[in-house]
Amino acid sequence: MKAIPAKRSGVWHQVVSRPRGALALAILGFLYFCALFAPFLAPYGPGDQDLRRTYHPPTSLTWTRRGLAVRLYENADPSQALYRPIPGRTAVIRWLPIGHPYRLFGLFPCRRHLFGVEPPQKVYLLGSDSIGRDVFSRLLYGAQVSLSIGLIGISISLGVGLVAGGLAGYFGGWFDSVVMRTTELLMAIPGLYLLLALRGAFASQFGSGEVYLLIVIILSFLGWSGAARVVRGLALSLRAQTFVDAAIVTGLSPWRILWRHLLPNLASYLLIAAALSIPGYILGEAALSFLGIGIQEPSASWGLMLAQAQEMKVFMCNFWWLLTPGAAVFVTVAAFNLLGDTLRDVIDPHFRTGDR
Amino acid sequence: MPDPDAIPLLEVSNLSIDFVSEERIVHAVDGVSFSMQAGSTLAVVGESGSGKSVTALSLARLLPSPPAQIRSGKVFFEGTDLLTLPERALRHYRGGKIAYVFQEPSTSLNPVFSVGFQLSEAMALHRPDLQDRRAAGIAALTEVGIRDPERCWKSYPHELSGGMQQRVMIAMALVCRPRLLVADEPTTALDVTIQAQILQLLREIRSRFGMSILLITHNFGLVKGFADHVLVMFRGKIVEQGPTDAVLASPRHPYTQALIACVPRLGESKKRLTTIDYARLDALLSQS
Amino acid sequence: MVLFVLRRLLFLIPLLLGVTLLVFFLMSLTPGNFLTPIKAQRDISPEFLAALEKSFGLDRPWYTRYLLWLRNVLHGDFGYSWTYKVAVVDLLWQRVPATLLLNLTSFAFAWAVAIPLGVLAAVHRNSWWDRLTTLFAYASLSIPEFFLALLAVYFAARTGWFPLGGLMSIEHEFFSPIGKILDIAHHLVLPTLVLGLGGVATLMRILRANFLDVIRAEYVTAARAKGLPEHVVIWRHVFRNAVNPLLSTLGYVVAGLLSGSLLVENVMSYPGLGQLIYSAFIRQDQFVVLASVVLSCILLVLGNLFSDILLAWIDPRVRLPAR
Repeated sequence: MKAIPAKRSGVWHQVVSRPRGALALAILGFLYFCALFAPFLAPYGPGDQDLRRTYHPPTSLTWTRRGLAVRLYENADPSQALYRPIPGRTAVIRWLPIGHPYRLFGLFPCRRHLFGVEPPQKVYLLGSDSIGRDVFSRLLYGAQVSLSIGLIGISISLGVGLVAGGLAGYFGGWFDSVVMRTTELLMAIPGLYLLLALRGAFASQFGSGEVYLLIVIILSFLGWSGAARVVRGLALSLRAQTFVDAAIVTGLSPWRILWRHLLPNLASYLLIAAALSIPGYILGEAALSFLGIGIQEPSASWGLMLAQAQEMKVFMCNFWWLLTPGAAVFVTVAAFNLLGDTLRDVIDPHFRTGDR
Repeated sequence: MPDPDAIPLLEVSNLSIDFVSEERIVHAVDGVSFSMQAGSTLAVVGESGSGKSVTALSLARLLPSPPAQIRSGKVFFEGTDLLTLPERALRHYRGGKIAYVFQEPSTSLNPVFSVGFQLSEAMALHRPDLQDRRAAGIAALTEVGIRDPERCWKSYPHELSGGMQQRVMIAMALVCRPRLLVADEPTTALDVTIQAQILQLLREIRSRFGMSILLITHNFGLVKGFADHVLVMFRGKIVEQGPTDAVLASPRHPYTQALIACVPRLGESKKRLTTIDYARLDALLSQS
Repeated sequence: MVLFVLRRLLFLIPLLLGVTLLVFFLMSLTPGNFLTPIKAQRDISPEFLAALEKSFGLDRPWYTRYLLWLRNVLHGDFGYSWTYKVAVVDLLWQRVPATLLLNLTSFAFAWAVAIPLGVLAAVHRNSWWDRLTTLFAYASLSIPEFFLALLAVYFAARTGWFPLGGLMSIEHEFFSPIGKILDIAHHLVLPTLVLGLGGVATLMRILRANFLDVIRAEYVTAARAKGLPEHVVIWRHVFRNAVNPLLSTLGYVVAGLLSGSLLVENVMSYPGLGQLIYSAFIRQDQFVVLASVVLSCILLVLGNLFSDILLAWIDPRVRLPAR
């Protein structure tokens, strides 16, 4: 395998100059912005309930003399969650109102939100769920989980894969065969089953933050094998090249050789692998939360929100807004796939037709 | 002496082929004209990238398009212009009248089909009257000097040696009794001893079946004693053509001279093999 | 050939031992057991509970229980399901055919759709058709399987064209034989589409890439030079070579289907192995989990074995290692 020089600035420029790459970056930039500023952008907290407004449809916006406003609804049949807009009655949207307190970036205490309405009324841009929580706000908070879990997960699994694969390829011998057999085993077992077993084993009462960490670790445990195999292959081929011999002759330690020579050659591969495997983590977390063994209520996660949409009532009464988290997962994953493909095209044109 | 009034077997006039990509256009073949009489042997000599293989492939329109594009020119085979012929009619010529043997025998046979299958495939197309394809195929394998044709018929390409594979390719060309055999660097990928055997085989075939051969090579050493006429290509253009003996005896173009000088001769003790000095060549060409 | 199969089947033994040991260990880490809900009921005496625990060996360490389980399995006894109150073997016997059927139809669907789409995309490279299928592949690879399943249920609920779940209708027993088959097929349509779609996209992309590699090979030019019509060149000479690498990925496809069917079966309430495993996990119905895991492993190894044999049969260059 040929070592690909990693020209970071050049790669960046080329990705942006391609329409697909620019589109992917724009979408991801927007999503990360939403996740970072979620508490500010969201009018309500992720757990704010309102049992008088369950399954509220998305409030429609109108333009009045006092500015942008939302229509008000009345509950036509409390037993059926049937809402009707009250003709002529609106609530004006207020910009930067004081709302529930939060910490921006987890650091700065703040009470301002981007928008809201006068408290007894509520604005539901994407409707409300079975206990009257704002789907739009929860979608924003859920983005924090989905968008960070991929980054953290890929860092852990690439780190483990790099060390395990690099050492296996560099040293060979029994260490190599142990690592390779382990990866084969991990790849042969259906991932979700292992996920279930591992999650079940550590099922004791965890806090929300701990569950998040646990999921990341379990997902990374499953994910490192692919990276390790590729890194091993690269390490093997690099091992055969003269500059590594030269490094050994000059008395560099194996760690330094791996660090100084292997890593730069691997940089482009790692970039592509990262972009293409992040979707796996996002989908994995969503699936776990969907099955009820991931992120727990009252925290918000896209998978968890979709789990709520499984009720027959949702299908029968056409509460379509409860399916929006699925669309959010779809857009995020598609953007990462697009970015990964573009990176691959840019960094190594030989891969262009090969999807393996 | 061939009859000067007869229609030539192959007549190429003013053939130009471009390779079009997003970045640029390469004129791979630029205004090439030549002709061949039936039963004659023509050698096209040039280095890789000179356009000789592209010319050979374009005769039966085998170039992938895109990127290849025939800009202008005509290819008359027995008086028919192959470049404007509809696909259906052209297939009758491919393999049936013009057969090809390629450079790399290990990749020009399909690895997943047996030799027998690939031979019968050609026969089914061009000799539908044949009663016993197996017998005809085994006969063809014998003709190309394969010792155990029965076993060869049943075997798969990867079970054969390079020389054997090339013999199979030649047999595949032979079974349909074509008028013209285009051999594109048929010996380059083979060992030296095998090279000589394959050349000898081609010579025998020519005399036995009265077939014309268009030999594409970069090696002037093969041309002598094999081809009647020779044609030298350089950067997509024909720079010199004529009877082999005349060209070899007194090459006029500096490129031809350089190519001939590159052929190592037995008994000649040179310290280094001659290579082409392109800077000098370019200087010479720009003067003329 | 026989040796090869035997060797592979022998390899199953350590694999099964390792996997069941792992599952046993992980489940023993899980706090509580299947008796926890019973304990919560006040009207059950502690003596009775203690007797129950003893009879199931719950008072002993996990490795003793594992050996006990192993001994029973070797005697053909996979234990008893505490939640379903039937023997595990009987339970699996009910569920396996449904999952097998669903996986086979999804598999067939994926191949049947992916092959023509992939070949067409490769042959007409950079055409609008190619772009459209690329877009489709992107979309179906980016959509979470369980969300697709949700959408399918939603679709079924809104239109009423398909049943909302299950393997067959309630009145199945009263149908004629043909009616019974049609009934099952009707229930299979949506789960098959949902489970197969991801496979379609993956297979299609790989096939297209392989095709573009093979189409440049010299033997393809040689086949054209013989005078073969283009469709024969494509479907005989290119296709056979492009599809071979796909066969070796068959094993991983089986693993993916098993994972996928767990989610899809749960969302679409399809009574198969995936649904069983999930609920058994949640209820800590240990013997059911273990038996299902054993069965899944066997299915997986058989799938891999099948793909290896198929590859050796189709590609003359591949020899099954006899050792």
